[in-house]
Amino acid sequence: MNLGTVKHIGRFLLLIAIQVVILNQVYLSGYLTPFIYPLFILMLPFDVKGWVLLLWAFFTGLTVDMFSDTMGMHASATVFMAFLRPFIIRLISVKADFDAGSEPRVDNNGFFWILIYTSLLIFLHHTFLFFIETFRLNEVFNIIFRSLLSSVLSIMIIMLAHLIMGKPSRHRRS
Amino acid sequence: MRNLFNFIAKHYFFFLFVLLQVIAFTLIVQNHFYHRSAFVNSANFLSGSIYQSRTNIAEYFALRSINEELAARNNELMSMLPGTYLKTDRQIFTFNDTLHRKQFSYINARVINNTVQNRNNYITLDKGRLHGIKPDMGVILPNGVIGIVKEVSANFSAVLSFLHSDIQVSARHKKSNHLGTVFWEGYNYQKATMLYIPPHVELQIGDSINTSGFSHIFPQDILIGTISDFEIRRGDNFYTIEIDLDVDFNNLTYVNVVKSIYRSELIQLEESARQL
Repeated sequence: MNLGTVKHIGRFLLLIAIQVVILNQVYLSGYLTPFIYPLFILMLPFDVKGWVLLLWAFFTGLTVDMFSDTMGMHASATVFMAFLRPFIIRLISVKADFDAGSEPRVDNNGFFWILIYTSLLIFLHHTFLFFIETFRLNEVFNIIFRSLLSSVLSIMIIMLAHLIMGKPSRHRRS
Repeated sequence: MRNLFNFIAKHYFFFLFVLLQVIAFTLIVQNHFYHRSAFVNSANFLSGSIYQSRTNIAEYFALRSINEELAARNNELMSMLPGTYLKTDRQIFTFNDTLHRKQFSYINARVINNTVQNRNNYITLDKGRLHGIKPDMGVILPNGVIGIVKEVSANFSAVLSFLHSDIQVSARHKKSNHLGTVFWEGYNYQKATMLYIPPHVELQIGDSINTSGFSHIFPQDILIGTISDFEIRRGDNFYTIEIDLDVDFNNLTYVNVVKSIYRSELIQLEESARQL
């Protein structure tokens, strides 16, 4: 077990704990819950292997499902998001290759790149999640409305987490 | 054959994605249709005990409101004691009651996990099989229907909340005794919808809607809520009624699980009548 694995497991436990113990109890205006756990998938390194990415996504989703009695729904939505991640990265990046082992962070990619990257994937994740949760096509507009509002909440919380995690030491050293 | 393997190896990312989605959807469908999630749901031991310790901590902050609620319920019960009624009849007689037999008994349970924000919500209780709870029992409060037990483990039970798309409760308009169905349409956990009351019935805003007791899950005449709005939609020959739920689902602490003593007998009888 190298240092990277330990770091990822620690981050996984922390994010799941925040999601389950705090955020699952939040419902603004009756039905809006922010989700922070997709940040774990968003922050895996750029050069992560495809199968590792998908399996982590499935496992993360299933863990959240276990605590929210939604069997399989979060797993499905998170796998969907992980599947789209490489395409979204290719779509919005200018340079084609990244340093080995580097992660999508504010101090690596800049604030706006992270914001667009997070917004796109989180919106896709939430829309997919609310669609399988409702499983009805006649509520399409309500679902999209709800995913938009929830996405804004989740994106705010995730960007906040990014800013907290950003390394402030760089400025101090110079 | 070799080409096939090459093809799969080349596009393994896509195939793994499809495989995982199939697994996830199998889980969703199984959970939805057969209600068999004994392994991974909040009644399992790990998440059950995490939720319980969280509730233990959070409960301290709610002690005041729980006390008030219990005091109010105490008052209500005290006022029903025989001693509080003034006796106007001075004749003394005893009678052996063979007309009334106990049909329901109640188990008190604490809510240790609860949601109201999803389209399908679940509640976890801190009592389980060891305390006599079985699947399909009703869960109520004196002023409302809370849900139906879905899954039990030794010490915990998972309840389908009334705020779930699979739950419909048989109900009646108290004034006219007409039957209808009450269910939750989503979004606002304080409102429910009632259908199938025929248009000749006179409704008024504020009328109470009670359970009918026909499902043998909930006792008769438990208050569900009061009418806040009603209309006859175009093309329908029944009212669509909006109900203010009396229970605050966002603030559940203790609930009563209903044990219906004659349920199996009633269901067996109805089944055999249907087969004739």
